[in-house]
Amino acid sequence: MKSRDLLRPDAGGLYCAAGDFWIDPLKPVARAIVTHAHADHARSGSGDYHTARENLPILAARIGEGAPHSGHEPGRPFDLGDVRVTLFPAGHIFGSSWVRIESDTGTWGVSGDFKRAPDPTCAPFQPAPVDVWLTECTFGLPVYRWPDPGQVVDEIHEWWQACRRANRPAVLFCYALGKAQRILAELAGRTVEPVWMHGAMRPLVDAYRKAGVEMLEARLVSEAEKGEKFGGQLILAPPSAAGSPWMRRFPGHSAGFVSGWMRIRGNRRRRGYDRGFVMSDHADWPALVDTAEAMGASRVITIHGNGEALAGYLNGRGIEAESWNLRATLADSSASPTAGST
Amino acid sequence: MEPAGDAGRFFGEPDGGIDMKRFVELFEALDRTTKTNAKVAALVAYFREAEPADAAWAVYFLTGQRLKRLVGTRELREWTGEFSGLSAWLVEDSYEHVGDLAETMTLLVPEPDTPPDDLPSLHRMVEEEIRPLGKMTDDARRAAVSEQWRRLPGTARFLYNKLITGALRVGVSKRLVTRALAELAGVDPGLTAHRLMGDWQPKPENFRRLLAGEGEGGQDHATPYPFFLASPLQAAPETLGPPREWRAEWKWDGIRAQLIRRAGETILWSRGEERLDGRFPEIEQAAANLPDGTVIDGEVMAWQSDAHADRPLPFSMLQTRIGRKKPGAKTLETTPAVLLAFDLLEADGRDLRDRSLHQRLEMLSGVVDLAGDAIRASEPVAFERWDALPELRASSRERGVEGLMLKRTDSPYRVGRKRGDWWKWKVDPYTFDGVLLYAQPGHGRRSGLFTDYTFAVHSGRDLVPVAKAYSGLKQTEIDELDRWIRSHTRERFGPVRSVEPVHVFELAFEGIARSGRHKSGIALRFPRIQRWRRDLKVEDADRLEDLERLLGKSPI
Repeated sequence: MKSRDLLRPDAGGLYCAAGDFWIDPLKPVARAIVTHAHADHARSGSGDYHTARENLPILAARIGEGAPHSGHEPGRPFDLGDVRVTLFPAGHIFGSSWVRIESDTGTWGVSGDFKRAPDPTCAPFQPAPVDVWLTECTFGLPVYRWPDPGQVVDEIHEWWQACRRANRPAVLFCYALGKAQRILAELAGRTVEPVWMHGAMRPLVDAYRKAGVEMLEARLVSEAEKGEKFGGQLILAPPSAAGSPWMRRFPGHSAGFVSGWMRIRGNRRRRGYDRGFVMSDHADWPALVDTAEAMGASRVITIHGNGEALAGYLNGRGIEAESWNLRATLADSSASPTAGST
Repeated sequence: MEPAGDAGRFFGEPDGGIDMKRFVELFEALDRTTKTNAKVAALVAYFREAEPADAAWAVYFLTGQRLKRLVGTRELREWTGEFSGLSAWLVEDSYEHVGDLAETMTLLVPEPDTPPDDLPSLHRMVEEEIRPLGKMTDDARRAAVSEQWRRLPGTARFLYNKLITGALRVGVSKRLVTRALAELAGVDPGLTAHRLMGDWQPKPENFRRLLAGEGEGGQDHATPYPFFLASPLQAAPETLGPPREWRAEWKWDGIRAQLIRRAGETILWSRGEERLDGRFPEIEQAAANLPDGTVIDGEVMAWQSDAHADRPLPFSMLQTRIGRKKPGAKTLETTPAVLLAFDLLEADGRDLRDRSLHQRLEMLSGVVDLAGDAIRASEPVAFERWDALPELRASSRERGVEGLMLKRTDSPYRVGRKRGDWWKWKVDPYTFDGVLLYAQPGHGRRSGLFTDYTFAVHSGRDLVPVAKAYSGLKQTEIDELDRWIRSHTRERFGPVRSVEPVHVFELAFEGIARSGRHKSGIALRFPRIQRWRRDLKVEDADRLEDLERLLGKSPI
């Protein structure tokens, strides 16, 4: 960190003093810019929210509509305090954006979460020049390279069809916001057959549909007829449903998980999934490196993830890079498993 | 063998066997289900179709056998860096994260642009491409490995990397492979298990023999019988029925072994199916008088037998014997070994395993009489009522044994771990409270998670490490601890992280001995985590003196 840095980590998260706001704050603050509606980025309780216009209904579905929400058009700047802010599409999930902050001391970009792979449910990542690039780094090691998403959707479809031949339910675990809708949209290009989903996905699938995203029909498992065995059917479920009593509805099922983490075999075996499908809403290693270079930044700061490897690698390529650990900053002041025991 | 540079040899020409792709498909089928029946079905289908030459290697690898290491891991990491254009530190970081070198190499080295149309068969891959690596010059080895990396796609490359680095663990146990082969051969799984015992060699004729019917096939004279394993007794012994139907013995703390006397030869197998030949000459000598066609089950122990005492020596002393292929006169004198015989599996070349324990033991005593002093009978522990046993069991540590064995006297000698006839009733372990000091990521199923922990106790004002433990926590606790470790790391030493001394755990262990190799001066045997003591603070953890006090008492 440098004394004149436009952004700095504090107990609330990533703070911009010149504009007096936090980006994806970790706790309630007076003014927040929210990049997207995932729970580790969007928290309730802040006074004033700025986000992409497209994100408003998704954010409302997640944290409610209590506080004032300002929705902004992509690429259209607005002023906060002494800085000028622009939200650009991040390609992560529907309504996601990255944040550009222009100031007298330079232009900073904060990635939020982003990806570069095609996704039928959201606008693609739009690069724009910045001096300093704060990049997420969830998959910040070169072992993470994504296969072509089309090929992965084919694999998912083939697995479903194999389950059909064996008359087994195919339970596909995926995050309820973003991944579930991406799967439904991708499958719509391959079949018209309806699938089933867990109740937790309902509000978000509805919000996507209302926003005009075309997806396969998905019915609620809770509304299935009594005695339905789901043989040969595809069921989308959030990872939290794994191992819960709800799973008893699908006797003899095959379990798959769609996530970038499935790139590592041990991650899949440890959780006991039969199949791992490598598809992520985050940038893989090549995309993290390419994007850091494409933004034209002279300085790169990694946040959200294990950023030391990426920072080290970029340093080796002549880009000044460092790693900020926002969560460790937080951990000093809040919950650890044994807070209070020392 | 000159595999390098001879491009196209195996990928263009048919070689008689079925393409390695069939083995790749088998691996994927096994890897993509957690259901036992599905795994057995996949194995049966493969063994039915595969050429015996390929199937023999498949059996070899799937039952957990491995080629000796053919390529150094340092070399492999270097080449991985060269092929992927990554610095050595980034390859290391990746390996630490993935937790498996073969997988790391597969993920980092770029995929071939155009996958080959066909692959060599499994046996040619192993015999002509992989095994010769060990005898090559460094340059030739590098060329040979990189040629495969350039050609093999996805799973085939992962399997190649697995085979050149060691064992192929795919979530299939030897028991499952045995079940599949028995199903295909139409014989009892016990017979298949027997056929797979010992130093099974991956040759086509051996695979054919595995699939032979009952009474066919024949067996090498060195092949041991499958061991019958006892199950831990959890209920009170009273639940076992009338005491007169049971025999109690001490549970010896040595090496379970099977002694075979056939064709004028003596062969000693450990339970891990390693040949112990030469390591215990006094036992082999004692067996020299035994008639051909004799097989004894027992425990190899270090034993003191002189004017002062007649009792077991600590396991730590036996350990000094295990590593020595040809022990010298001094070792033989200070640490003499015996075989405590507790069962007879074969006499006069006849398989006795279907007879009752009672009958087998009667015959055993005749056999032991013929043998030299280093083969002794494991005497029964006399008792008439179940309530006499707890006190005897409580005396285990003083006697240098692990507890009691309870065996049903009319039971046959079974295959593997079958509950009901043989029970082990071990003495409770020692425990202490230690502080978590270091953590490092695990491997395989635990890769990427901090699951290997080092625990310390107080010594003066310091904390000294005394035990490493890998198991004993629930998955939710492992996850929680992993998150905590990541955010409370003090220092990093390669993959190892030191953490703030905050968390206290209760650890169990089986014994303790002095050790010059450990900073603490003590070594604990088989330490494992008993539970997370969230109720204890660091200052509540035990002191080194508490452990040292056990030194005199524990016959480790």
